[in-house]
Amino acid sequence: MATIELDDVTVTAPTADGEVVLLRDVTARLTERRVVVVGANGSGKSTLVRLVNGLVAAASGTVRVDGLDVATDGPAVRRRVGFVFTQPAAQLVMPTVLEDVALSLRRHVKDKREREARARAVLAEIGLADRADTSVHALSGGQQQLLAIAGVLACEPTVVVADEPTTLLDLRNARAVQERLLSMEQQLLLVTHDLDLARRCDRALVVEDGRVTCDDDPERAVAHYVESALS
Amino acid sequence: MSSTTTARRGLTTTDLALVAVFAALVAVCSVVAALPFGVNGVPVTLQLFGVFLAGAVLGPVRGFLAVALYLAVGAVGVPVFAGPVGGLAPFAGPTAGYLVSFPLVALVVGLAVQRARAAGLAVTTAVVLVGGLVGEVVCWLVGALGIALYSDTPYLATVKATAVYVPADLVKLVLAAVVAAAVHRAFPQLLARR
Amino acid sequence: MRSLPLGLQVPGDTVWHRLPTGRKLLGLVLLGVGVVALQGPWLPLLALAAALAVALHAGVPARSLALGVRPLLVLLVVVAALQTWQRGWPVAVEVVATTLTLVVLATTFTATTPTDDLLDAVVRVARVLRPLGVDPERVALTFSLAISSIPVVTTLFTQTREAAKARGLERSPRATLTPFAVRTVAHAHAVGDALAARGLGDPD
Repeated sequence: MATIELDDVTVTAPTADGEVVLLRDVTARLTERRVVVVGANGSGKSTLVRLVNGLVAAASGTVRVDGLDVATDGPAVRRRVGFVFTQPAAQLVMPTVLEDVALSLRRHVKDKREREARARAVLAEIGLADRADTSVHALSGGQQQLLAIAGVLACEPTVVVADEPTTLLDLRNARAVQERLLSMEQQLLLVTHDLDLARRCDRALVVEDGRVTCDDDPERAVAHYVESALS
Repeated sequence: MSSTTTARRGLTTTDLALVAVFAALVAVCSVVAALPFGVNGVPVTLQLFGVFLAGAVLGPVRGFLAVALYLAVGAVGVPVFAGPVGGLAPFAGPTAGYLVSFPLVALVVGLAVQRARAAGLAVTTAVVLVGGLVGEVVCWLVGALGIALYSDTPYLATVKATAVYVPADLVKLVLAAVVAAAVHRAFPQLLARR
Repeated sequence: MRSLPLGLQVPGDTVWHRLPTGRKLLGLVLLGVGVVALQGPWLPLLALAAALAVALHAGVPARSLALGVRPLLVLLVVVAALQTWQRGWPVAVEVVATTLTLVVLATTFTATTPTDDLLDAVVRVARVLRPLGVDPERVALTFSLAISSIPVVTTLFTQTREAAKARGLERSPRATLTPFAVRTVAHAHAVGDALAARGLGDPD
C-alpha cells in the first residue's frame, strides 16, 4: 500500500484584493487502503486531495507520495497517482471509448497495436468491452465515469484519488462506480457526500473551514461531521 | 483556485484546454442559427461572435490558436462551418477570405485586451469594442478580397458591396464585448499570466 | 440540437482504410484543389460519380453521406437557381457537383480514418515545426480535444438556452450567451485539471 504524507500544509489562492486561505496547517500520514474525506461544500476537501498529484500547489509545507515530493517530483508522482473527477465529461478527451483509454497509455506503450490490446483488456475488466468503438458521448453518465476510472487504471497507479465520483450519478450508476472503486487493489483517497459510502472506508478525515477537524475511524468521524454540520 | 503546475513550454494544460474548448465554442456558434432565415443566401450564425469572444476572453496568442484550430478541425471534415459544412469546400468557396480573416480578428481583439491589462485596466466592454472595431475592418477587407478573387470582380467594388454585412457583424461584436466583460469578472485570472 | 456526426468511423479493411493517413490527407487536399479547378458540367459530374464510387467501395453508409449533404441542400438549390438564371445551367451543375464531390470525399476520409491515426498524422506534421518550440504530442492532443469538446459545448449551449427560456428570457441573447461563455470557460478549467492529472502536461 502506498503512503501519502502531508506535513503542515497550507494552501492559499489569490483574489482581487490579496489572498484567501483554502487549507491551513494540515498534517496527516495516510497508509490505509481506503481513506475518505468528508466536509461541507467549499470546506477545502477538494483542495486537500488535489494536493496529492500537484493539481494544487502548497504555499507552505510538503506533500509526499511514497517519499516523492510532489513539488519537485511532480511527473513521477502523477505516474503513481490516478485522479477521477466529479464530471466525467471534463476528463474524457478522445472521441471514442477505446481511444480515450489508449491515450492514457500513450506514454507507457509506444507500439500502437499493443496499446490497443492493453486498452481493450482494461475495458473488459471494467465491463465496457462491447462499447470500445462507440463515441464517449453516447455513454450514460455512469458508463462515462467507469470509463474515466478505466483510463486511470490503465496507467497502473498505486493511488487513485476520486473527487466526488458518484455525485452526478443515479443510484444504479453510483453503486457500480463505488463498488468498482472499493474493490480496487490500489489505495483509494475518496471525497464524497455519501455518508454510507464514507462509513465503508478504513479511515476518515473531516474538513471544516480549511482545517482537518477530525481524523478517526469512519463511524466516529461521520458522527462528528453530522453533529457539527447540523448544529 | 486550482493551478496547473505543469507549465513547461509556454502553454499549461489549462491553456491547451481553453484553446481546444474555445475552438469547439466557435464551432458550436457557427452551426447554431442566430436567425431562422439567411440574408442574401448567407445563413446568419453566431460564428463571428465566437471569433470575437475567443480573442476577447483568451487574449491574442490563445485566441489566435483557438480560431486557427477551429479552422483546422473543419478542414479535416468535421462540419463546423456555417451550413453546417466540413472539409475543404468552404476554403475553396467565395467565403474563404472570411475564414482566413478569423484568426487575425481574434488576434487583433486579443491584443487590445492584452494592452488594456498591461496598462492595469479592467477588461471592459469598451476595451473589447475598440479591438473589435479594428478586427471587423480586417474581417471585412480580407473577406472581400476572397470574394473578389473568386468571382472576378474589382476589389474596391467588392469592398463597397460587402459593407451590407457590417451592421450585423457589429451587433455580434457588441454582444461579444458584453459577454467577454462578464467572463473576465467571473474569471479574473484568465489573462493574469500574460 | 443537431448532433454532429462524430465517431462515425466505419471499420473495414478496404484499400481506403489501409492508405497511410498522411498520404490520404495529402490526396484529399490535392483532389479537392483538382475538383475545384474542373470546368463545365460534365467533368465535375464525372468527379462526383467517381467520389461516390470510392465512398461506396469504402463501405461508407448512405446515411453518413446524406448527413453531410443534407445541410447543404437548401443552399445548393438557391445557388443552382441563381447560377442558372445568371450564367446558365452548366455553371450551376458545375458548382453543385463540385461541392457535393468535396463533401463526399471529406466524408469518406473521415469514415475511413480513425482519429488516432489522424492524430499521428498531425503529430508528423507538427514535428516539422519542432524547432519553433512546438510539441507535436500536445498539438495532437489539443486537436483531438477540440473535436471531442464539440458535443459537450453543444450541450452547454442547449442547457443555457433552456434555462433562459425557463426564466422567460429567450429573447435576450445576453441571458443565454453570458452563462454559456462562463460555463464554457469553467469546463475548460476542469478539462485542464483533468489533463494535468493524467500527466499530459508533463515532459516525456
